[in-house]
Amino acid sequence: MPSRIVIVGAGQAATQAATSLRAGGYDGHLVLLGNEGLLPYQRPPLSKAYLSGAMGLDRVVLKPMEAWDEDKVEVHLDAEVTALDRQAKSVTTRDGQTFVYDALILATGSRVRALPCPGADLQGVHYLRSIADADGLGQDMQSGKRLVVIGGGYIGLEVAAVARKAGLEVTILEAAPRVLARVAPPVISDFFQTLHRDAGVTILTDVKVTAIEGTDCVAGVALADGRTIPADLVLVGIGIIPNAEVAREAGLKAEDGIETDVDARTSDPAIFAIGDCASRPLVHYGQRRGRLESVHNALEQAKLAAAAILGLPRPVEEAPWFWSDQYDIKLQIAGLSTGATYSVVRGDPSQKRFAVFHLDADNRLLAVDAINAPPEFIVGKQVIARHGQLAPARLADMSVSMKEIGAGA
Amino acid sequence: MAKVTYIEHSGTEHVIEVPVGTTIMEGAVKNRVPGIDADCGGACACATCHVFVDAAWIEKTGKPGSMEESMLDFAEGVTPLSRLSCQISMTAELDGIVVRLPAAQH
Ligand SMILES: Cc1cc2nc3c(=O)[nH]c(=O)nc-3n(C[C@H](O)[C@H](O)[C@H](O)COP(=O)(O)OP(=O)(O)OC[C@H]3O[C@@H](n4cnc5c(N)ncnc54)[C@H](O)[C@@H]3O)c2cc1C
Ligand code: FES
Repeated sequence: MPSRIVIVGAGQAATQAATSLRAGGYDGHLVLLGNEGLLPYQRPPLSKAYLSGAMGLDRVVLKPMEAWDEDKVEVHLDAEVTALDRQAKSVTTRDGQTFVYDALILATGSRVRALPCPGADLQGVHYLRSIADADGLGQDMQSGKRLVVIGGGYIGLEVAAVARKAGLEVTILEAAPRVLARVAPPVISDFFQTLHRDAGVTILTDVKVTAIEGTDCVAGVALADGRTIPADLVLVGIGIIPNAEVAREAGLKAEDGIETDVDARTSDPAIFAIGDCASRPLVHYGQRRGRLESVHNALEQAKLAAAAILGLPRPVEEAPWFWSDQYDIKLQIAGLSTGATYSVVRGDPSQKRFAVFHLDADNRLLAVDAINAPPEFIVGKQVIARHGQLAPARLADMSVSMKEIGAGA
Repeated sequence: MAKVTYIEHSGTEHVIEVPVGTTIMEGAVKNRVPGIDADCGGACACATCHVFVDAAWIEKTGKPGSMEESMLDFAEGVTPLSRLSCQISMTAELDGIVVRLPAAQH
């Protein structure tokens, strides 16, 4: 067993790794290196309850310092790792501190993709990844102001919902023909477009942003079709890039994310990669691998890495899952729909309670998107993980309960 | 602050002062009480914060919302005393509440 474990990154995955290592009986040296100057915190509230002001910083932080002390973790919060020396088994920080390891866990997360157009650095243009970002955005979000959201993904839609409730005028600009195009089926996109339009949000799809206009501060967003959408502030939510540079420079395999095996181990057996920065085998989906951007993925990979380091049995992988909150709607997604040949809608979208099941040609369930529908989500998640098959007609029949449907799959 | 007694499945008790306005789940997680995973951090999305409220206190915690109720329906070993602890906000009225933790959350 190693006697010096270093965790790089101080976020959701890192915190779970430290917790699981201690819970699994590791009593050696444990170092946590972060670069935000803050104790590890949860990001989901940043576009929801933290942004709206319903939840303060103390509640977003995962654990107070005393809990880290009690777990005997040496915590450095201004320690950005800039180099990894695999021969010496050490990492070095920007200010020149070196930490040696027997086992290294990379949990560096991801960063936002920058808007590649003129004016993107004007004052009033925001991104949302960190507490600092959320504070900056929150300060600018005053009632009556005009917010333009660039990118109709989850973060953009969640911010739009918070902003509408706070009395801002909101326009969402989406390059694809529908919002959530990359991550959800048309029924779900339609549902959210209607939800937001009913709340007073303007949604423009199939539009290309060419520039942010303004002198010091943003004044508008210029589109390729010649229109300019007036704006007092802009939120850009067009995706993330995994923080894999340090690993790549050290020669680890990291094309799109740091590549790991089923134990979250990288191409170097002493180094693990977990969370947003990692590309993992998608065990419920044949030979595929990929990056997942979710809390569940961060927690699960942290547990896998801790178990592998301690020589404990590998935890059973669940189906990947995710949630999003907008207005009074909770979306819960389990599984990955890529490769599905057809989908079945259960329930009625106009009732704001329904689910879309994605199946392959053998009626095997690959994914479910559930709107205010926990039974569909929970049973779906279980069926996906056991690679179960479902009969489409029964699935669409609301008189058959999800418990009955699950029992038969 | 209001007092919460968490009783692990093994019988180990933890008595914690939890700030009013925060949840019973947060009181456990922030004070390293094992047995509550709270994977979603309190979003009522994961059902890994299941507790059994002591019978003497269940009335005072109020009724679960419809999302909570339908999540709970699928929790392991659910009883009429089951609640998702992230959905119980501490109030002065709940000072002294006792909750029991299940053997596992997954
Ligand atoms: C606004 C927002 C809303 C979200 N909502 C949801 C949701 O509703 N549901 C859901 O499942 N997921 C959601 N997510 C995604 C989820 O938060 C992430 O998938 C999760 O935080 C990933 O955890 P992580 O530990 O890999 O990365 P992070 O939590 O980002 O932690 C990585 C940390 O490492 C630090 N770091 C990076 N490089 C270095 C270095 N070289 N040296 C030292 N430290 C370094 C970073 O600064 C960061 O602090 C949301 C994300 C955001 C931004
Ligand atoms: S913490 Fe996830 S449902 Fe309570």
